[in-house]
Amino acid sequence: MTNNIWEAQLDITPSDHKPVELTLDHCIKCNICVTACPVTAVTDLFPGPKYVGPQAGRFRHQGQPSPDHSVDYCNGCRVCNMVCPTGVKIAEINGRARAHIVQSGQVPLRRKLRNNLIARPELMGKVGQPLAPIANVLLHSGFGRFFAKLLLDIAPNAPLPRFSGERFSRWARKRPDAVRSARKVVYFHGCSTEYFEARVGKAAVQVLEANGFEVIVPPQNCCGLPLLSNGEFAAAQAYHESNIHHLIDYVKQGCVIVGTSTSCTLTLKEEAPEMLAYHTPDAQLLTANTFDIHEFLVHLLDAGELKTDGLKPMPLTLAYHPPCQYRAHRLGRPSTEIMALIPELTIIESQAACCGVGGTYGYKAEKYDITMAVGKSLFDFVQEVNGPIAVCDSETCRWNIAAVTGVPFVHPIELLAAAYGYEPEGPLAEVMK
Amino acid sequence: MRTIQTEVLVIGGGATGTGVIADLALRGFRCALVEKRDLAHGTTGRYHGLLHSGGRYAVKDPKAATECIEENVILRRIMPHCIEDTGGFFVVTPWDDDAFGDRFMQGCRDTAVPCEEISIPHMLREEPHLNPGISRCFRVPDGSADSFLATQSVAALAQAHGAQILHYYEVKQLIRQGDRVVGALCYDLVKDEEVAVHADLVVNAAGAWAGKIAHTAEVEVNVRAGKGTMIAASYRIVNTVVNRCKMPADGDIIVPVHTVSIIGTTDEGVPDPEHFAIEPWEVQLMMQEAAKIVPGWHDLRMLRCWGGVRPLYQETKVADTRDVTRAYTLLDHETRDGVAGFITITGGKWTTYRQMAQVTVDRVCEKLGTARPCTTHETVVPNPFEQGHGRQHHNLGQRLADVEKEEAFGQLICECELATRADVEHAITQGEAKTIDDVRRDVRVGMGPCQGGFCTYRVAAIWHELKKPSIEETNVTLRDFLQERWKGLMPILWGPQLKQERLDELIYLSVLNADHLPGPRASRLGPAMYEPGTVWESDHAHV
Repeated sequence: MTNNIWEAQLDITPSDHKPVELTLDHCIKCNICVTACPVTAVTDLFPGPKYVGPQAGRFRHQGQPSPDHSVDYCNGCRVCNMVCPTGVKIAEINGRARAHIVQSGQVPLRRKLRNNLIARPELMGKVGQPLAPIANVLLHSGFGRFFAKLLLDIAPNAPLPRFSGERFSRWARKRPDAVRSARKVVYFHGCSTEYFEARVGKAAVQVLEANGFEVIVPPQNCCGLPLLSNGEFAAAQAYHESNIHHLIDYVKQGCVIVGTSTSCTLTLKEEAPEMLAYHTPDAQLLTANTFDIHEFLVHLLDAGELKTDGLKPMPLTLAYHPPCQYRAHRLGRPSTEIMALIPELTIIESQAACCGVGGTYGYKAEKYDITMAVGKSLFDFVQEVNGPIAVCDSETCRWNIAAVTGVPFVHPIELLAAAYGYEPEGPLAEVMK
Repeated sequence: MRTIQTEVLVIGGGATGTGVIADLALRGFRCALVEKRDLAHGTTGRYHGLLHSGGRYAVKDPKAATECIEENVILRRIMPHCIEDTGGFFVVTPWDDDAFGDRFMQGCRDTAVPCEEISIPHMLREEPHLNPGISRCFRVPDGSADSFLATQSVAALAQAHGAQILHYYEVKQLIRQGDRVVGALCYDLVKDEEVAVHADLVVNAAGAWAGKIAHTAEVEVNVRAGKGTMIAASYRIVNTVVNRCKMPADGDIIVPVHTVSIIGTTDEGVPDPEHFAIEPWEVQLMMQEAAKIVPGWHDLRMLRCWGGVRPLYQETKVADTRDVTRAYTLLDHETRDGVAGFITITGGKWTTYRQMAQVTVDRVCEKLGTARPCTTHETVVPNPFEQGHGRQHHNLGQRLADVEKEEAFGQLICECELATRADVEHAITQGEAKTIDDVRRDVRVGMGPCQGGFCTYRVAAIWHELKKPSIEETNVTLRDFLQERWKGLMPILWGPQLKQERLDELIYLSVLNADHLPGPRASRLGPAMYEPGTVWESDHAHV
């Protein structure tokens, strides 16, 4: 152990990265992925991870048009990867196969336009957030939804978020009381915090500062995951390169990157390099030094460095869904571990594999019903627990489950911030009144 | 004894024999073909699947090279559904002589084999897994061929023109009357009875077995069986045929066929085409040589290993079978040995089967005193399994595209090779399948990474349902096929394939109790195991 756990690890051994397709060789056809896949369980349109992944992979040829289209019904939840006993990177094989379909021009124009729009939360945020009051009314009106379906095949009931009144980065820049410290971390807020849920970022900053960290919020872009999952690899790579450019100097100075969006951190850690086969030394350095915020807090806790005294009791019983994108980090349940520190808080964990939304998947008219069917058991669970709010780390899951169940959702970091004594905003503020 | 009377009897149901019978039928002869197992059961179904451009023989055997390129052009035209237009590379690796490239170019020019040199960056763009240390690369019109489908298609064409194809008819003895061969005494393996086939003329197209057949009529034909061992990697690491640019030697070619990449081959003279072993050194050598072309080869999953026997004809004995000409030989035993009514066609290779058939039937015409022109070079061979694919080459994605189009995801019997229930049922009810292995050659069941692990029991169930045999018969059919798959796995059991076989073993032996089900352990239609049994050393995987 040479470093403090909050310091970046710079002497990483560059590893030998093989294309994810080569992992199909390890498939022993056991069907475990098929039995675990939440999508194939509810629709015949998706033949299952074994078929679209390692099997179809043997029939694809880089130089020829893609012979298959059913792979597009994979929602990217990565449950298959988790259960595979032999380590086939099924979800990545699927993602790359979809990109091949997109690149060879096999997606109809209307859908291509739609996918390119919903895969760009940064663009939507930049345009929509300044016009938040109007944009929110428009996007949530029957009129707006009707045209979104008509023109772009966006599901009329898609769980669209609401733009927040203030951009998170503006709030972060304008704080007179920001902590200065020798212990520094870089916060990766992602698009959801920046444009839709500034409160999550505020809570994260407050928690980190309460633990003696100076929080740096550098300029940054969308992590590119929505583009990756829509097969738009060139645009995704541009975002990823830009993020490396914005973040890498901090890493080289010893700061780690901490994020609240589990899918953004997963993208920086793993998805972007693997899907794009992008393994430059800087990309590998970023990969090694990016953490989900609760992963980071658990490290602090284990090192005896996390503030655990004087936490305010929170006499609530809440449903918690660890999102599939979080499980894919292969970290266990760090958020559960941190929430357990809060006195009187009872967390009931969901056993559902997936809420179904798969990032942008559930926004698509042709996939909305599948999303609803996949998430059914989770929706029922949240309603059974019947808390005033519920908890989930991933934004699109929060929006999806909230839209269906009517139960407002918070990020677990908001609970810890409130337990530290910070004034909550949004649904949590309502509950703690 | 049952007898069959025909005009011309063809012995051997490989590429040559089916080519001959199709040509005979098209020229209006009454004819019958006997094959001791299924069509393409022998060498034709066990070769690496190369459609030669002729490049391989351009320097060493110009006559063979010229034949290859002529036939390459014709086969692409008449049986496009059996051919994938992969193209081929000849590459100079760091182990090869740079200067051979110039001799190769010159050889191609002399034999009219189209050849162009391409840059190494260009080569790596097309085939990123090739050795970046390759110094020169030449492109030739090699292709890959589905020899099962081709043989079936040609046989179906022959049948459509009145030919009789007799599967599982083993020739016990040629029937000789004085100085004349007048037919063959056959054993019908399925019905377990002897059948005499009488003919005006007998064509011996038994390939590596041609010597044994001729011997039964006391005619000596010196066909040497040159064993070649091949290993298939589980998917297409290359999409182009890749040859080493040097004199042909062991392990110098990788052929992408359907979903796999095949490294071949060795060349060892064996005393009997029926009995040979795959030796550990051969596996080791193939692995080592393949890695010179594709450096990541050792990390790939080896799917299966098998051996085939080339028919190499030579009038005089030679020590090294590689130096035998790969061009074919037609022997008219009336002029050669004073035995009338008997012709042997042997040697050659798959690519030249049609030309071999043509010269053979030309001779048949001569012998029977009739002049009928050959039309096989302009007769399109239809695909007996599908209508409508027209005159397109098959491509890797075709089977997946078909399943997607039909949304037949839930109907897959062999999930690895995407054979549907309809495919399997068609092969059982419409085809000539006598064993599950015959179904395999028709629709590729059991040929993927799990090597029958998940489809054998499904096919056995369908077989039982459709053919209504006794339970014991179905059990032995299942066991025969398991043994047949197992045969090709033993030499390559390491890494992922070992894990797979452990799972398959659990399925068949622990769950299904396949080895103790009622019925005989094996049937006479089952596979002949490689012999003598080989003792495998524990470290053979670390090659």
